[in-house]
Amino acid sequence: MAVDKPTLTLGPVLYLWEGEKWRDFYFRMADEAPVSHVVIGETVCSKRLHFADPYFPLVIERLVAAGKRIVLSTLALVTLERESQYVRSLIADSPYPVEANDLSALALLEGEPHWIGPLVNVYNAAAARVLAMRGARIICLPPELPASSIDEIVSQTPGVDFEVLAFGRMPLAISARCAHARAKGHIKDNCRFVCKDDPDGLPVKTLDRQSFLALNGVQTVSFTCQALLAELQDLVASGVGRFRLSPQDCDMVAVARLYDEVLQGRVEAEDGVARLRQIYPATPLSNGFHHGKEGAAWVARARNIAHGANA
Amino acid sequence: MEFPRPLAAPLAAVPIPLIDRAVKLMFKSLLRRHPGLFERLGEHKSKRYAFRPTDLPLVFLVEPARAAVSVMRKPADPAADAVVESPLFLLLALLEGRCDAEGLFFSRSLTVIGDMEAVLSLRNALDGCEIDLPRDLCAFAGPLAPLVSRTADALRRRVLAGEHAAWN
Amino acid sequence: MELICPAGTPAAFREAVEAGADAVYCGFRDETNARNFPGLNFSREELGEATAYARRKGTKTFVALNTFMRAGHEDLWYQAAADAVHLGADALILADIGLMAHAAETYPEQRLHVSVQASASNPDALNFLVEAFGAKRVVLPRTLTISDIARLARQIRCEIEVFVFGGLCVMAEGRCSLSSYATGKSPNMNGVCSPASHVRYRQDGSDLVSELGAYTINRFPRDEAAGYPTLCKGRFDIADASGYAFEDPVSLDVMDQIDALREAGVSALKIEGRQRGKAYVAEVVSALRKALDARPEERRALLARLRLLSEGQRTTSGAYDKRWR
Repeated sequence: MAVDKPTLTLGPVLYLWEGEKWRDFYFRMADEAPVSHVVIGETVCSKRLHFADPYFPLVIERLVAAGKRIVLSTLALVTLERESQYVRSLIADSPYPVEANDLSALALLEGEPHWIGPLVNVYNAAAARVLAMRGARIICLPPELPASSIDEIVSQTPGVDFEVLAFGRMPLAISARCAHARAKGHIKDNCRFVCKDDPDGLPVKTLDRQSFLALNGVQTVSFTCQALLAELQDLVASGVGRFRLSPQDCDMVAVARLYDEVLQGRVEAEDGVARLRQIYPATPLSNGFHHGKEGAAWVARARNIAHGANA
Repeated sequence: MEFPRPLAAPLAAVPIPLIDRAVKLMFKSLLRRHPGLFERLGEHKSKRYAFRPTDLPLVFLVEPARAAVSVMRKPADPAADAVVESPLFLLLALLEGRCDAEGLFFSRSLTVIGDMEAVLSLRNALDGCEIDLPRDLCAFAGPLAPLVSRTADALRRRVLAGEHAAWN
Repeated sequence: MELICPAGTPAAFREAVEAGADAVYCGFRDETNARNFPGLNFSREELGEATAYARRKGTKTFVALNTFMRAGHEDLWYQAAADAVHLGADALILADIGLMAHAAETYPEQRLHVSVQASASNPDALNFLVEAFGAKRVVLPRTLTISDIARLARQIRCEIEVFVFGGLCVMAEGRCSLSSYATGKSPNMNGVCSPASHVRYRQDGSDLVSELGAYTINRFPRDEAAGYPTLCKGRFDIADASGYAFEDPVSLDVMDQIDALREAGVSALKIEGRQRGKAYVAEVVSALRKALDARPEERRALLARLRLLSEGQRTTSGAYDKRWR
């Protein structure tokens, strides 16, 4: 069933942006970006939590004042006792809805209306219905899902709003080990927060110099940037009502405005793609997962142009 | 362990049709004993596999769809979807599932070129079959069966012992 | 502690049972399990024969249905669960909460194990799976140290199974789309990682180059042990230095820590390798069986030989050792 008024959600900043950069980003998004919801909070690495802490109240205040709806994010990988404690207290104390990014948050949120993040495995309606029964109201589906699965899940899961990642490098993997620290000669326990030097991820190339992946601390993201623009109208028609923009180190206000205009039908998708390439020029776009192909592929209209290795 | 040179050298002189005929008979006998072998290949049944023993002047081309094998003399390079290269004894041990293909591959004793999935599929199918060459080839040898079986068995023991020695 | 052994074919299954497995795990020949490789796995008939054979020998059979159900095609997984139960599986190993819910409701008597693919790595997550679906055992992700495991064991209400030998996932299992990013096929959706259908080896001068899809994964100079191009074990360039970005081509071996694992509260030790041949299975299972039954000081000698079967011929204790991180 088509959604009346699709909206944009700003996903959590996945990278380590140091305090002021992080704060200023959110201030600007609060003031200028046409997003209705903001999912905020450290998602990738518990060691980074203290960086944003001092600025958190100010940022929340500014977002709320601008009319944004706040959702607190949780950690994607919860292994240590202090990580469990952090997730428990966040859920216990949060005045805002919480987004579960692993099974522990999911367990703790039972009975409360909550969000499910794209890092929880929802591959079918049976899983989505289990989550809905436990209180999930909004589910952001995993980026790996093809359109056929999205259609099926949305149509078979009443009572839940669905969201799809429309912009941003795709989260592909997470590890107990920090490849980012390893690349710079450190181990995770003594990482010196080297990931802050790469606010858009540290590129991983193949030995034949093909751009491939990017490291973000313990997380591995795609080198390409997911860009669903031509696909938005079909998704809306099949009942997806929310689109997530995952922050990259580019002009995210411009990104949000562009997606808003394409969603409203004021800009043609094809022009939108061209403009997106100007806003985020260093990173090739991809939409392969959505079309049931390799995630790095770019499918332009009906034509499939595999993401050139050296693009 | 390599195929002994004094044994390999004469193969260069034996007419190919003779070798081809013997190999075809063995192949047929093997398939009679393991009729399900190629069915396990699924979609890869239509692929062509070339085996190039590094210590023999021969190439073996196997076509599961036709249940056919043919032998050529090097440097023949028949069109194949996948090519496997290794010493003959390792190829035979793989046929029986007595060696670990991954282990061999990681030690570079075995090389695969081309359609990896087809080779993997064949390896898995063979592994599931419990082929025992001395036993299975008896049928082909007719009255000479006990002799063939004993010789093959002795050779195999020698090969596997050699492999173990190399591993240790 | 039980020894849980892999079988990709009926032949390997028999080898594992003969070699002393307490339980053998296997899957059907389709995308319902995470080792959906060509030529591998069990037909319904083969599974029936295997469970009957195992039962006669006093060995258990676990059936892995540990991929995530493709939306709109859930019946394939539901049917596999029905058949596994009917054919006498002692446990179902599941990853998808939709399938867990279905199995718990439809077969309340059937023993459920949480697959490593479910990525349940902490007490809150595990107790949720125990309470919601009656899970009896969890296979822990290869992301935990032994002290993490000991702490976890005190806080959860199910048995713990851990991987001790074989392939090593660097990433949190069940949450990795690296393979599908490069090939369109993933462990979660298709039961394959870095699938052979997308693998090519090519010779470049004296180097052997391995490729996955459009990407170069490694390059081996002559005489260097080669490896399968599993994406996370590849050699890459980062900031102009090349190396193993995620993990060296090593495999897991923590058999020298059997006693620590036992003390930590582990119930079962799992060997990875349903894709490996029966020769490998026979060798590894019998060596580990002997090691498990031997005195600690005898173990080293019993295990040394196994290293030669390992990828890249080197082993690691992985995340079980905190320094790995």
